[in-house]
Amino acid sequence: MRFSGLRVLTEGLTGNKGWRPHWRDPAPKSDYDIIIIGGGGHGLSTAFYLAKEHGLTNIAVLEKGYIGGGNVGRNTTIVRANYNLPGNSEFYSHSLKLWEGLEQEVNYNAMMSQRGVLNLCHSDGQRDAFARRANSMINQGDDAVLLDREGVRKLVPYLDFDNIRFPIYGGLLHPRGGTARHDAVAWGYARGADSRGVDIIQNCEVTGIDVENGRVTGVQTSRGAIRARKVGIVVAGRSSQVAAMAGMRLPIESHILQAFVTEGLKPVIDHVVTFGMGHFYISQSDKGGLVFGGDLDFYASYAQRGNLPMAEHVMEAAMTLMPMIGKARVLRSWGGIMDMSPDGSPVIDRTHIDGLYLNCGWCYGGFKAVPGSGNCFAHLIAQDRPHPAAARYRLDRFRTGIGLMDEEGTGAQHNLH
Amino acid sequence: MRIPCPLCGSRDIREFDYMGHAQALDRPEPEAGAQAWDDYVHNRDNPAGPTRDLWFHGLGCGAWLVVDRDTVSHEITAAALARDVKGGAA
Repeated sequence: MRFSGLRVLTEGLTGNKGWRPHWRDPAPKSDYDIIIIGGGGHGLSTAFYLAKEHGLTNIAVLEKGYIGGGNVGRNTTIVRANYNLPGNSEFYSHSLKLWEGLEQEVNYNAMMSQRGVLNLCHSDGQRDAFARRANSMINQGDDAVLLDREGVRKLVPYLDFDNIRFPIYGGLLHPRGGTARHDAVAWGYARGADSRGVDIIQNCEVTGIDVENGRVTGVQTSRGAIRARKVGIVVAGRSSQVAAMAGMRLPIESHILQAFVTEGLKPVIDHVVTFGMGHFYISQSDKGGLVFGGDLDFYASYAQRGNLPMAEHVMEAAMTLMPMIGKARVLRSWGGIMDMSPDGSPVIDRTHIDGLYLNCGWCYGGFKAVPGSGNCFAHLIAQDRPHPAAARYRLDRFRTGIGLMDEEGTGAQHNLH
Repeated sequence: MRIPCPLCGSRDIREFDYMGHAQALDRPEPEAGAQAWDDYVHNRDNPAGPTRDLWFHGLGCGAWLVVDRDTVSHEITAAALARDVKGGAA
């Protein structure tokens, strides 16, 4: 089923009765070439690129819940490539380029909106750091514009520029950054993978990983045993549990990250605005809700909900940055489970078991990585060698200390990111 | 969440800093080898359910606590002074 303007018009005039489910609901076969554990954004895009770029279609994506029910439906939808360190820089640049072609590639309206990501600075030192980051972004081939105070005021006049503690000195604008409709990204990849022959199997929880003589042979699931030559683990916050099934203990601690949305308002915030000093960021959804969030609650958690101290902190930061937001009313809040790595950067790598591959450690930045992560993980699984854009995401960098990617410069230990 | 500090009584979570899993108390010997140190510094069981972690009562008495907590329900069942706890992982 392809979408077109004519089709949407015709369906609109005939009661929308012609739409069909966008992907099949197959029963699991007993044997696949490749099993992807985890039907989130990263798992679905992995399956999609395996099929599209590597011609591999005898694939099952196993999802314990439903498509779009995990972190891919629980984030704040921001897309950007404003990283500084080698490793991250080329990877997110690669991912943003894939974002820009995504809707055409999967023939699905992902509501990709390159409205610009604006980081604010509040001191000379922070402005210098932004200048350095902007140069890194430009060197990488992406876009960055350093704005002075008046330049920022022109874009976002509603901020409190003369806040006594955090006066706004300027900003770093990344015009190609923006937002995308998170559910549609999952659905688009699911449909794209399914239409190429991938079996997307929902309500199918993996309960064991079968290994014989150092080589993966399949998985045990709530719907029976399934054999496979290759298995990819890409389960975000549950990485430790699934990896433990293969005897692995990961450098991951799962944390809770909260987000909030207000009732729908008329258009008021045109960009993604980040207030790093307050651990606060905000954008406005196409429905009108102000979508915003802050930092981790900062304790290990699988609760998918946070506590009030961080909620208060986020609201205080919002009021500090844009006092007008006090008139909006919060509609909902929620939490996602973040697979935090010690250095704040992810892992896309082989494991010590032949045929078993690992994709984890996305911390609080997994959504923007969805296309790049799937694209690079598919490359690794299909060709058994890393994609150049993800070659530094090695699992052993923590053990060896070689190639740590501490983007924030705070250290490469847990609870620092 | 509230933590029952053995010295101060039940206190709001705002008074405490989370300091990671209590395995930090099981420091390997300096010569224990790279694997032992990698396990200690980086690798975690990361349980979904009962766990035991360290909290610092920075805005209270300044004590380090070993707290029994559930990572799924956020229920806190016990807290003891870290100096009284032998080894963290238990």
